[in-house]
Amino acid sequence: MHELSVCQALLDQVRETARAHHADEVGLITVRIGPLSGVEPDLLEQAFTIARNGPLTSSATLSIELAPVRIRCRDCEQECEVRPNRLLCSACSSYRVDLISGDEMLLARVELQGAGPSQNSPDPERKPSHV
Amino acid sequence: MCETCGCSIPDHKHPTPADHHTVEVLEGLMSANDRAAAHNREHFDRGGVLVINLMSSPGAGKTRLLEETARALEGRASMAVIEGDLETENDAERLRRHGIRAHQITTGNACHLDAHQLHHALHEFPLEHEGQTTDILFVENVGNLVCPAAFDLGQHLNVVLLSTTEGDDKPAKYPVMFRAADLVVISKADLLPLLDDFSIDHAEQSLRGLGVETPTLTTCAGKTVDISTWIEWLTDQLDRHRNNTQEQAVANQ
Repeated sequence: MHELSVCQALLDQVRETARAHHADEVGLITVRIGPLSGVEPDLLEQAFTIARNGPLTSSATLSIELAPVRIRCRDCEQECEVRPNRLLCSACSSYRVDLISGDEMLLARVELQGAGPSQNSPDPERKPSHV
Repeated sequence: MCETCGCSIPDHKHPTPADHHTVEVLEGLMSANDRAAAHNREHFDRGGVLVINLMSSPGAGKTRLLEETARALEGRASMAVIEGDLETENDAERLRRHGIRAHQITTGNACHLDAHQLHHALHEFPLEHEGQTTDILFVENVGNLVCPAAFDLGQHLNVVLLSTTEGDDKPAKYPVMFRAADLVVISKADLLPLLDDFSIDHAEQSLRGLGVETPTLTTCAGKTVDISTWIEWLTDQLDRHRNNTQEQAVANQ
């Protein structure tokens, strides 16, 4: 169960976004999760109710958009939706395929309260602190 | 007094719809871990070290394979190991008894290693030690086929062990882990004649079912030892890594 770690990382990211926009509170957080990301949506929701307690996010809610598993065949170029443990081309059964969707683990949108639209965005040059 | 709800909290404000706005972020949830992993990778590349993240379920034979690997590589390449376990120094001590430089990370209750933990470990366990450099660093991850797959550590390659006592349908059951593998090692292959429920063909079909071309090889590192194909793969990867590092160094000049 690594969803709590993922959820803490999500909330750190959300708080950083909220601070960059001088928001007082965070409302709806939308994430996009694919079955091949290794994150279980139900467990993420449970972890969220524990992890949200803290500055800016204590009344936040979580919405999870589920991404389908889609592949493109390298042999016949067919695109199809498949099960997460059966990634074979539905037209020619080849295993030589590229994943085009299904392993996402993205923070899509954050609804902020008490903040005017701002041009500030988090510094893209952030680096991990070297301790 | 608050004019909206009548409470006595000074400066109590209720957000109005105009106060709401939505920000598009579209950033990976693991971006903090991924930044730390990229930092680790830079560190490894500067030192010319090939780093392999070894993952499997508990008891698939990761530590035993490393003991035999050190024996086989002696005089050819130097290796070090960072061990991840929930508790105990047992595995690191086992490796040290075989003369292998090893460092233990105990994760407490955490079911995986992350890039920050590895970064901290590298501060305590330098890759250059008493004038001796490290050619290959193995990270022996926590025995678990689920969680470690989600965390980049800064490794160059992922190797997943599947032991013959586990069942040949493991790739279909744990697709995220097996899709992350650059090599699948079928370990404890000397037990195959005793088992009626593990077929190498089935294991490979189960792996291909995940839409990957990942190579597989077999090892045994118990009473019978045969790890020749693994050592061949490993030295091949080390040569490739050295060439890439040299090309990169020339390109940066």
